[in-house]
Amino acid sequence: MLDTLADSVARLARLDHEVLAIAWLSLRVSLTAVLIGAVAGVPLGALVAVVRFPGRQVLVGLLNASMGLPPVIVGLVIYLLLSRSGPLGPFGLLFTPSAMVTAQAVLVTPLIAALTRQIVADAEAHLGDQLRSLRLSPWRRAGLLVFDVRFSLVTAILAAFGRAISEIGAVLVVGGNIDGFTRTLTTAISLETQKGDLALALALGLVLMGLVLVVNAAATVLRAYAVRAYG
Amino acid sequence: MSAAPSPSLPLRLDGLVYRAGPKTIIDGLDATITTPGITALIGPNGAGKSVTLRLIDGLLRPDAGTIRIGAGAPVRRAFVFQRPALLRASAARNVDLALAPLGLRRRERRALTERALARVGLLDRAADPATRLSGGEQQRLALARALVTEPQLLLLDEPSASLDPAATERIETLMAEIARGGTKVILVSHNLGQVARLADDVVVLAQGRAVEHGPTAQILFKPKSAQARAYLTGELPWTAYAAAS
Repeated sequence: MLDTLADSVARLARLDHEVLAIAWLSLRVSLTAVLIGAVAGVPLGALVAVVRFPGRQVLVGLLNASMGLPPVIVGLVIYLLLSRSGPLGPFGLLFTPSAMVTAQAVLVTPLIAALTRQIVADAEAHLGDQLRSLRLSPWRRAGLLVFDVRFSLVTAILAAFGRAISEIGAVLVVGGNIDGFTRTLTTAISLETQKGDLALALALGLVLMGLVLVVNAAATVLRAYAVRAYG
Repeated sequence: MSAAPSPSLPLRLDGLVYRAGPKTIIDGLDATITTPGITALIGPNGAGKSVTLRLIDGLLRPDAGTIRIGAGAPVRRAFVFQRPALLRASAARNVDLALAPLGLRRRERRALTERALARVGLLDRAADPATRLSGGEQQRLALARALVTEPQLLLLDEPSASLDPAATERIETLMAEIARGGTKVILVSHNLGQVARLADDVVVLAQGRAVEHGPTAQILFKPKSAQARAYLTGELPWTAYAAAS
């Protein structure tokens, strides 16, 4: 086992081109998915927190429940939509990074929306009366509350990134784990483990953990700086 | 925008009822306030003072009864809460957001914001994060935000309840200036000294009703109702007097 670890560290030290390419694709796919999830999920969560409408509690329940969507099921549904006979088949997206981004975006959007709703609802309890008293529209109130909790939302975004980059079910189903094209860190770790190349699997695992740590550390430092600067 | 002094802004509350679940908070409240200046709402905890302010502002809708403010035209209102609700943003931004619904240009908004901040003595703190201000400064900032739209009616819910005497004095000075400027002020306060210093007239609330209304000196020193007397002398238990009335 120590030999395997030493071998994997050696491969990392050589900056193995294959490892770097896989890591870059994973990062690119997950960050894009999280960006899409944030653009869709933050306004959705904020509006659900601020606007009162019939069926709101049902929607809140659905959002909360969908935080636990099984990735492989999401992958399967996206697969059916993108497959040649599916409604989005003509776009030819199946087994491409775009399909992986789509699947991961579907996974993280409800997570970001649900966490945003909770964070904004807590802020609304404190600021809601004041903002309503200023006769601001629900859209503007939601926007201001998102602005107010912007530092807390970083945690929601990080949780989404963690879910995206570490999942394997959805990207395997819609990406196909094609060497040099749709192979991500998680699918590659699974494959290399099955093939017996444990050194490469471990190297990829170290890269995956490193990426998660670096992104989290960068976000935490940025958040701490922003909180110090802007209260 | 120009200040619109309103020496008399009639405020009529007729048969107001407000329920929160099974509990009746406001139970047939009648009051007619026609005096300019500062009107204080006083009464024990749970009497319905803060709910009455929220009903007047429109934050809550009454289950029954009517609220008439002014002679018919929409009245500019502003509300200052006991704990200043401020965004994690600069002091200026916190004031500016009150101007958002008015559709003004940025330059106009900036001028109005600076004028409001200057009025409460915070112009030099305009760029500072609101959360870095002291409790007294935060409450003055909340007042600046309320004043920036030049309201005709200002609703204050215990604005100095959590402040030290020096900060309270500054807030009281501002309240008096605002009232002298022509804004009608409705003040909820448990501080009877403050009520004596500031209020022109006083409405005493008990169990969701107005039990007495009159000039400040009369209410504070010669109350007619048993409920007002009991509240002002701090006699307990309050409910015994309420039941006896």
